Amino acid sequence: MVTKSLEAEKQVFDEHKLSEIQKKQKHWKEKTVPEWISRHPERKNSFHTSSSTHIKRLYTPEDIKNIDYTRDLGFPGEPPFTRGLHATMYRGRLWTMRQFSGYGTAQQTNKRFKYLLKEGETGLSIAFDYPTILGLDSDHPLSVGEVGKCGVAVSSLQDIETLFNGIPLDKVTTSMTINGPATMLLAMYIAIGDMQGVPREQLGGTTQNDNLKEFHAQKLCIFPPEPSVKLVTDIVEYCAKHLPKWNPISISGYHIREAGSNAVQELAFTLADGITYVESALERGLKVDQFAPRLSFFFAAHNNFLEEIAKFRAARRLWAKIMKERFKATKPRSLWMRMHIQTSGCTLTATQPINNVIRVAFQSLAAVLGGTQSLHTNSFDEALALPSEEAVRVALRTQQIIAHETGVTDTIDPLAGSYCLETLTNKMEEHAMEYIDKIDSMGGVISGIEKGFFQKEIADSAYKYQKEIENKERTLIGVNEYAVEKDWVPIKLLRIKQQAEKEQVDGLQKLKKKRNNKKANDVLNKLHKAAEHDENLMPTIIEAVKAYATIGEICDVLRNVYGQYKEQIII
Amino acid sequence: MSTKRKIRIVVAKPGLDSHDRGAKVIARAFRDAGMEVIYTGLWQTPEQIVETALQEDVDVVALSILSGAHMTLFPKITKLMKQKGLNDILVLGGGVIPDEDIPALKKIGIAEVFGPDTPTNTIIKFIKENTQKTK
Repeated sequence: MVTKSLEAEKQVFDEHKLSEIQKKQKHWKEKTVPEWISRHPERKNSFHTSSSTHIKRLYTPEDIKNIDYTRDLGFPGEPPFTRGLHATMYRGRLWTMRQFSGYGTAQQTNKRFKYLLKEGETGLSIAFDYPTILGLDSDHPLSVGEVGKCGVAVSSLQDIETLFNGIPLDKVTTSMTINGPATMLLAMYIAIGDMQGVPREQLGGTTQNDNLKEFHAQKLCIFPPEPSVKLVTDIVEYCAKHLPKWNPISISGYHIREAGSNAVQELAFTLADGITYVESALERGLKVDQFAPRLSFFFAAHNNFLEEIAKFRAARRLWAKIMKERFKATKPRSLWMRMHIQTSGCTLTATQPINNVIRVAFQSLAAVLGGTQSLHTNSFDEALALPSEEAVRVALRTQQIIAHETGVTDTIDPLAGSYCLETLTNKMEEHAMEYIDKIDSMGGVISGIEKGFFQKEIADSAYKYQKEIENKERTLIGVNEYAVEKDWVPIKLLRIKQQAEKEQVDGLQKLKKKRNNKKANDVLNKLHKAAEHDENLMPTIIEAVKAYATIGEICDVLRNVYGQYKEQIII
Repeated sequence: MSTKRKIRIVVAKPGLDSHDRGAKVIARAFRDAGMEVIYTGLWQTPEQIVETALQEDVDVVALSILSGAHMTLFPKITKLMKQKGLNDILVLGGGVIPDEDIPALKKIGIAEVFGPDTPTNTIIKFIKENTQKTK
């Protein structure tokens, strides 16, 4: 009896009212609907989200009758943060509009950064080219043809000096999409800060530094899994002690999603990676509340609007629970899941590219309704080339229109309480948790990587998605429906001139002649010893980049000690 | 007289590009279509790809690049193939490749370029029609 009345108190809806609703719903389901359907059949036999979660015809109070408002939703700025991380959300400060960019030489990208800042961007985000990401210098034989193509080429501190020329580091925050060589790029950023006279405690930004998702999805790995996690933890530890405003890691689901996973897999694998990093930092001897507040996350905003909003809300609630219950964090900030969101590149079509403007708008609206802290909107020409200046501007304007014209930023978490959205949020959490339990029972993430679990799951989902498009179970406008004879591309595509590679290689070779080579070699030898002795490598890497040792040279030292990643081929 | 040989195809990722979603999906679709598929994995040099094509005695080489390095890497591969006398092999390109590059790629021996959004069936059909022609 007592239990029952307590249950009733927890419920959002009055029990008497609920039974009345149930009665009416029964009538609707058994009479109104069949009558209508007999004349107007539904479009499909069943409806599902990207993660194969069944979507009901209608959601009512019945679906969320077990929600305990204070336990499950709460208030913005308070655990479990379902309704948002901050007390006033976008009524106070809007999200950071952060456009991922980088191409050609450091000089060209410096110009693009200044353009974006002038157009109202509020944070920088650097895209590096493949050689940089893989720890190869621009003059390495494997770099031919790739220098500056998918991002900016950075081989040494000299390039970072050019990249931040005229950009004061105490006025912007910078996100760097870098993983294998994250220690080196962070060291270079610190070096630039030192040159500009900005105290280290003022440096703000993020290193992606999430090597685990590389093994699942992005495959830009340099070292095997264990030393890769060691390097991640070096940054976590160094930042906890010296860079209080730096987010040492951006635990990323984005790449997992882009490689083909569904929304539940994206969330679950990301949180499982997060758990692994927390465990690694704890093993290092750090206290959970010492580093947890600066862990940040990165998700994709894909096409299924409601599923995506549910994912972001469920993500915050689930992480808060994990930090509190599994890791016994006590500071409220340790329960925070701060997130960056990027609209989904893989949803963009090469045919009728202007339609991508609309896709990006809906995806970014989902990100905002999901309560993101930072957002990148993709450019509509991205299935064709690196974004042109005009297309980047439209992408940025999309965010500004959501922020200033739509009104969705005027109240906090406006879709909360929706019978459908709250149900999807619950389902998302439940299904992600099932995956996390499964990963735990296979011995954790590294063991899952060794078994090929993540790659297989992702490849299966990617293939299923493609088949659905080809079988027309999934409609893709302009591709499998409403195709046109002739496409309209209203802009000129960006071309990276071969000249950029030549300039970059020349600059690097000049540097290798003019720097103090003895000094550079001495620090590299010191680094070799530090790596063998399993020290935190950040201090020595800062010294090395200041001596203009290159990323390729530093990575070679580490490859020598740690060995090299060998791809596990799973199709 | 002889039983018809299955089409043998190598799906390769030249260069440093790691976007392998498309290559893997295509490899699987080729396999489901009854072809014998060799997937090279990432970071293949032109030399490695041509060597695989030679060793595996393939009918088709399908190259996937999304990094923009196709104008550097594709010509190296077709040139090496010619040097090794691999003139009967059908070479296909796929990935993020601007339309304006396609005529130049066809000139150096890429039989066709398949961009994003291409249904796997279109590529399979092309392969079946064009390998029959060369045999």
